[in-house]
Amino acid sequence: MASDTTVPSASEMKPAGAQALREARSDAGGPPVKRYTLRDTLIDAVGAALLTGVLGFFFLALRTEIAPGGLDITTRWVLWFTAVAIVFVGRLLLNLFVFRTERPITRRLRRSSGGKVAVRPGWVSRAIAIALFAIAAFLPFLIMAIFPGQQRQLIDLSILILTYVMLGWGLNIVVGLAGLLDLGYVAFYAVGAYSFALLSTHFEFIGFWTALPLAGMLAAFWGLALGFPVLRLRGDYLAIVTLAFGEIIRVVLLNWYEVTGGPNGISGVPKPTFFGYEFTRGEDGASALLGLEYSTIHRFIYLYYIIFLLALLTNFVTMRLRKLPVGRAWEALREDEIACRSLGINTTNTKLTAFSIGAMFGGFAGSFFATRQGFISPESFTFLESAIILAIVVLGGLGSQIGVVVASVVMIGGIELLRNVGFLGNLLPGFDPVQYRMLIFGLAMVAIMVWKPRGLVTTRTPSAVLKEQKKIGADMVSQGEGH
Amino acid sequence: MSIAAEPRVPVAGTSVHRWETDPVLTVEHLTMRFGGLVAVGDLSFSVGRGDITALIGPNGAGKTTVFNCVTGFYKPTEGRIVMRHGAGAKANLVEKVTGSSARYETDKGSGVFLLERMPDFEISKKAKVARTFQNIRLFGGMTLLENLLVAQHNPLTVASGFTFAGILGLSSYRKAHREAVEKAVYWLERVGLVDRADDPAGDLPYGDQRRLEIARAMCTDPQLLCLDEPAAGLNPRESTELNQFLQFIREQGTSVLLIEHDMGVVMEISDHVVVLDYGVKISDGDSGFVKNDPKVIAAYLGVDDEAEIDVPEVRAEVTAARHEHEHQADPQAARDSN
Repeated sequence: MASDTTVPSASEMKPAGAQALREARSDAGGPPVKRYTLRDTLIDAVGAALLTGVLGFFFLALRTEIAPGGLDITTRWVLWFTAVAIVFVGRLLLNLFVFRTERPITRRLRRSSGGKVAVRPGWVSRAIAIALFAIAAFLPFLIMAIFPGQQRQLIDLSILILTYVMLGWGLNIVVGLAGLLDLGYVAFYAVGAYSFALLSTHFEFIGFWTALPLAGMLAAFWGLALGFPVLRLRGDYLAIVTLAFGEIIRVVLLNWYEVTGGPNGISGVPKPTFFGYEFTRGEDGASALLGLEYSTIHRFIYLYYIIFLLALLTNFVTMRLRKLPVGRAWEALREDEIACRSLGINTTNTKLTAFSIGAMFGGFAGSFFATRQGFISPESFTFLESAIILAIVVLGGLGSQIGVVVASVVMIGGIELLRNVGFLGNLLPGFDPVQYRMLIFGLAMVAIMVWKPRGLVTTRTPSAVLKEQKKIGADMVSQGEGH
Repeated sequence: MSIAAEPRVPVAGTSVHRWETDPVLTVEHLTMRFGGLVAVGDLSFSVGRGDITALIGPNGAGKTTVFNCVTGFYKPTEGRIVMRHGAGAKANLVEKVTGSSARYETDKGSGVFLLERMPDFEISKKAKVARTFQNIRLFGGMTLLENLLVAQHNPLTVASGFTFAGILGLSSYRKAHREAVEKAVYWLERVGLVDRADDPAGDLPYGDQRRLEIARAMCTDPQLLCLDEPAAGLNPRESTELNQFLQFIREQGTSVLLIEHDMGVVMEISDHVVVLDYGVKISDGDSGFVKNDPKVIAAYLGVDDEAEIDVPEVRAEVTAARHEHEHQADPQAARDSN
């Protein structure tokens, strides 16, 4: 890119300017002596642009090409001029808003994101929570009413988002509450999915509802199995071992051909039944049972409500656990493990419960995934999945339940949304935003993390209140191991 | 310092001391080595039930190492550490437990615990030894109330039916939770922090954090409270309040073992003082005995302060003690290698 050569030169100049500004302030002992005029600012920007012009002349404006008689020089004045213009405008904007102003916009942003927690009246947050819950509870019908053309696609997307909400909540127990960085959470998702797929394909009588608790228990067992070796590990080492565990599970699934089908996966995983009735066409289908005319959308709505209830269960249990001794011990463990031991808390058991309960919810989500897809293969359980789930938890704010929801909508919904913004290409001819969606998405993530380094919801709600509930700012709360 | 000017008291042992007849904790031949470094060498002392016992000594004398051994954070290289519940020395029971492979034995409120065999969390949970830390270790992101509730983890876990009854929201757990909050409020009132119960602990000023840490330790219902430099960084007024608070804790039936540099605190409130230097006990007795012990004076005032001691007999003893000290080659060499 053209600006590659110019951006460093601009940013190198920044510390000098900032330092000079600071010195000027310290000399005066308060208000700055030097006041920046628009003229100074313009001269500075022109200077930067000139520098770019000189430096970029041979790199950008001239280009040698192989011609029949030897080398030929072609000129690219448009490119050169664009680069100079970008530097001029960029430098001017930075000067106006960051470098040469008494109230840099960066500082204002920081003030708005950190510092004192804004106090919102209790009923406002409660009203927002109820409204959001109502929307989630009736989402399939809202979608059918508002977007009848895309209903199947949108309900499917909602199911996907809810699956990630549930996974995020499960991982939040391990990473957000207990403060143990787990990079291999997808292993439990895989264990849950394969448990259900194998059980249902081998035993006729096992359906989704019987397999669900079994899958959760098996995943919890694997959580314990992972917990034991990582108990004595801290920080980065813990993260590496959990990462390796996730890969071990995937590689075993890939190579244990006789049982898992290897890369071919397992197909024909049964669909969930509605009190024993399947969502099929005909007299004995669930649609007929409910007195509705058969439509394929019914099965999607049903799946939506299954994952909605599972996610609610996860949230309910997590919120309850936070108020119980074990949940408080998780958070205490995140804050200070040595102090925990001095208070008689068995940190080994506490870590194991966090791992196994987190894994159990991962297992539930996994068996839901298997029944929704009808087909699973090890490809669905790569490290990227773990990374996405972890990114949801971190982006939402460690330990925050509502943050996970927002982050799932932003991350999973955001990528999908960017697929549908082709019309924006009309604004800039030759630029198709759909092609750049991952890039745009990555930049948005970077921007969010710069703006809110501790995630979207940074406050911690105390688990017990004596008189008045006060939110605790993120700067107080420690992040635990491996962050 | 006016230590040397005061009249000397007779050698300990002429009167009967509580730490000899009714010890709550005995440390016997405790040795802790870190590689070649002997941090604590063959140390023996007792803590009397209901006493305030101070462990003092210059920097690097091994005081915190002793604490870490007692509270299970270090496994001692050699030695036995016995914690007793219920009155008496229980010599027979101690020998019986030592001979068996058991870590402890309890019987209706009385019991004997071999702390060197127990993991750290069990020492707090079963043997009822609580501790605080030299550099305060609070749960900074949790409120004061939560800090004190975490300290009641074990009784609350039992009350929550090991989480299962708690998840279902049974009333037995809610009752236990209310009682736990009441107990937390009681201790918050004792340390004067009840108005800040819903603030994060990390927001408290230093002196308040120290008091909160002691309150948190008291919420585990300890029989022995180990305080690692509780007066460090406190101003004189806070120091006085701390003394009163420690007296109160002692009146509640909890024995106190404290490490302290502030001689004002130590001499004012301690019933029993044990002095360490280079990991070896150099003096043991009540505060009057210890502060006139020439070995202590030599260790504290150093060798160059001899001229300032204006009582001739004391100066002679200090000189003698100093020579004796210099000839203790082993610990000296160990410290040099550090």
